[in-house]
Amino acid sequence: MGLNIIVLAKQVPDTRNVGKDAMKADGTVNRAALSAIFNPEDLNALEQALSLKSRYKDSEVTILTMGPGRAADIIREGFYRGADKGYLLTDRAFAGSDTLATSYAISRAIMKMKKVDLIIAGRQAIDGDTAQVGPQVAEKLGLPQVTYAEEVLSAEKNKIVVKRRLERGVETVEAPLPAVITVNSSAPACRPRNAKLVMKFKHAKTITERQNQSEDYIDLTADRPYLNIEEWSVNDIDADTEWLGLSGSPTKVKKIENVVFQAKEAKLLSATDKEMDELMKELIANHTIG
Amino acid sequence: MNNVSVICEIEEGKIADVSLELMTKGRSLANDLKCKLEAVVLGHNLDGIEKELFPFGADMVYVGDDERLDPYTTLPFTSIIVELFRETKPQIALLGATTLGRDLGPRISSALQSGLTADCTALEIGDHYVKKEDKTYKDLLYQIRPAFGGNIVATIINPDHRPQMATVREGVMKKEEYDKSYKGTLRKLDVDKYLKPEDLVVKVIERHMEKSKVNIKNSSIIISGGYGMGSKENFDLLYQLADTIGAEVGASRAAVDAGYAEHERQIGQTGVTVRPKLYIACGISGQIQHVAGMEDSSMIIAVNNDPNAPINKIADYVIAGDVLEVIPKMIRFYKQNTK
Ligand SMILES: Cc1cc2nc3c(=O)[nH]c(=O)nc-3n(C[C@H](O)[C@H](O)[C@H](O)COP(=O)(O)OP(=O)(O)OC[C@H]3O[C@@H](n4cnc5c(N)ncnc54)[C@H](O)[C@@H]3O)c2cc1C
Ligand SMILES: Nc1ncnc2c1ncn2[C@@H]1O[C@H](COP(=O)(O)O)[C@@H](O)[C@H]1O
Repeated sequence: MGLNIIVLAKQVPDTRNVGKDAMKADGTVNRAALSAIFNPEDLNALEQALSLKSRYKDSEVTILTMGPGRAADIIREGFYRGADKGYLLTDRAFAGSDTLATSYAISRAIMKMKKVDLIIAGRQAIDGDTAQVGPQVAEKLGLPQVTYAEEVLSAEKNKIVVKRRLERGVETVEAPLPAVITVNSSAPACRPRNAKLVMKFKHAKTITERQNQSEDYIDLTADRPYLNIEEWSVNDIDADTEWLGLSGSPTKVKKIENVVFQAKEAKLLSATDKEMDELMKELIANHTIG
Repeated sequence: MNNVSVICEIEEGKIADVSLELMTKGRSLANDLKCKLEAVVLGHNLDGIEKELFPFGADMVYVGDDERLDPYTTLPFTSIIVELFRETKPQIALLGATTLGRDLGPRISSALQSGLTADCTALEIGDHYVKKEDKTYKDLLYQIRPAFGGNIVATIINPDHRPQMATVREGVMKKEEYDKSYKGTLRKLDVDKYLKPEDLVVKVIERHMEKSKVNIKNSSIIISGGYGMGSKENFDLLYQLADTIGAEVGASRAAVDAGYAEHERQIGQTGVTVRPKLYIACGISGQIQHVAGMEDSSMIIAVNNDPNAPINKIADYVIAGDVLEVIPKMIRFYKQNTK
C-alpha cells in the first residue's frame, strides 16, 4: 500500500546565526540581514517521510509550505532530497497570520488534496518557537496527532506506530491513519541532496516564477510536468479571509523590545570573608537563592 | 464564569511543580482581576489531589478521574477541557510548557479558536488602547516572551478571543503557597459525559519514563564550571554548592571536553540554552558560544581570577578570585545565613 504523505515545511530566517545587523535601529527584526533556511526540524520531518517512501512502495511525498514567493526554494530543496510534489500557499491575505490562522490555511489546503494518509510537520519553527501549528492543523482536520516523534516505526494496515521522545523518557504509541505527527530534532538528520535529483529539478518553478523569467526563457513544464510547483492562493483553497491574516489571528503583538546586551554595570567583589558574607546575605534577602 | 484556570499536570501521583508555579501566578492574576482561580486535573487515582491545590488559592478544582486518562493521550484530554471551557468560559487559561502542555495547548486553542502564546516568561494584567477604534480593552493578559531566537522580547495580547491562553516553562514562575487553610470547592467531572469513543483511538503501547537526572534547563539556579575549575575533582565543589543552595550544575564546552562534566550539562550554542534566575559562572571565560546559551539569565555572577575575562562584561557581580577559594566561602556563608 502506498502512502500519500504531506510534509509541512516552513522557510524561516536563520535566527541561530544572528549578526549585529539583524536588528534595526527601531528594534524590529531586519529580515533582509538573515538568511532564509529550511526550518531545521522540518528537515527531520522530511526524512521521516522519505524513509517511509522507501519502505512502502508507491508512496508519494508532497511538500506543503505557506509563505512568500521565495518560499518555493523550500520545495525545490525538498525535491533535491527526494520529495515528489510541492505546493506553495501564497497570497497577501495570509500575511500577518499567527499560528492559528496559519493552521487554518494549511488545513484548508490539505482538504483540497486527494487522499492524504499522513501529515508530517516539524515540532517547531525556529522563528517563533511555538510548536503549535502541527497540533492545530490536526484539530482543524479532526485527526489524531502524535507529537515529539523520533521515528515512525511502521505504517501498515492503516495504523502507524511511532516512537516519541519526551522530556523524561520515551513512549511508543499507535494511531490510526490518517494522522498528524510532529518530529523532533532528535530524529535522524535528513539525507543530503542527491546530485541526480538536483539536475532533474533545478528548473522547477511556480507559475509566478515562470512569468517573471526573461523573454528567452523556455518553459519546460509542458513536457516535464514535474517541474511545475503548484501555487495556491486563498481562492484555490476555499478559505474564508475572515479566518486568515491579521483578522484571523487572535494573538496580536502589542510591543516588541530589542534585547540589548550592553555591558552591565557589574559590582566588583573581592573574595574576602566580609564581601562573600554580604553577597550571600543579599542573595538570600532578595530571594535569588533560598 | 470568566475566571483564571490552570490546567494542572500530574507527575508521579502529585501535582507537578510547574502547575503549582502557575497556580501561584494564577492566584495573583485572579486577585488583580477580582475573579476566582480554578484548576483542572485529569488522570487516574486522584483521590485527595484537590488538597494539594487549595493552599495555592484554588477556589474551584475540577477533577476528572478515570483509568482512560492515564497515561495522557491528546484526544480525551482535549475533549474534556474544550467542553469544560465551553461551560465555564475562563478568561485566562494557563498550562506548563511541558511535552504535555505543548501537545494539549494548541489543540484546545485550535478547537476554541482562541490565541495561545508559548513559553511566556512573564504574565501581567494591563490595558490596550486601539487608536483606530478609539477603544480601550481593559484587563488583558500581557503575555511576554522572548522571540526570534531570543533576540527580541514581545508582548502578546488576545483582545477579542477567550480564553487568553499561555504556556510557561518550569522554573520561570515562583511557587508559593497562598494560604494553608484556604477553602476551595471540589467538583468531580463525569468523564463519560465528555468522552467520545473516537477519542480513544491512540494507544500508548510502551512507556519508559526516567526520573530526571540532569535537569538544568528547568533549574532556576545554575552553577556552571569551566576549564578554570582545573579538574574533575574540583568540580565536586560545584555539586556541593549546588546541593546547598538547591541548584543544578552546568558546564562550558572546554570543561566537558576535558572530562570534568557530562555532555548533558553543556551550556551554549552546541549545548542547552538556559535562562535561570541566577547563573554562577565559575572559571568560565565567556566566549560568545557559551554566552549565547546563558545571557538571558536574570542575574549573572562571574567568578574568575582574570579581571578582563569577557564574562565579566555581562555579569551583575564579578568576584575576582580563585574558584577554589570562593566556592567554599559561598557554601559557608550561605549556611551561616540560613540557619
Ligand atoms: C562551533 C563552536 C561551538 C561551540 N559551542 C560551545 C558551547 O555550546 N558551549 C561552550 O561553553 N563552548 C562552546 N564552544 C567553545 C567556546 O568557544 C570556548 O572555547 C569555551 O566556552 C571555553 O570554555 P571555558 O570558558 O571553560 O575555558 P577557557 O576559555 O579556557 O576559560 C577558562 C577561564 O577560567 C579562568 N580561570 C582559570 N583558573 C581559574 C581559577 N583557579 N579560578 C578562577 N578562574 C580561573 C580563566 O581566567 C579563564 O577565563 C564552541 C566553539 C565553537 C567553535
Ligand atoms: N508557514 C508554514 N508553512 C508550512 N508549514 C508550517 C508553516 N508554519 C509552521 N509550519 C509547520 O508547523 C511546524 C511548527 O511550527 P510553529 O508552530 O510555528 O513552531 C513547523 O515545523 C512546520 O512543520
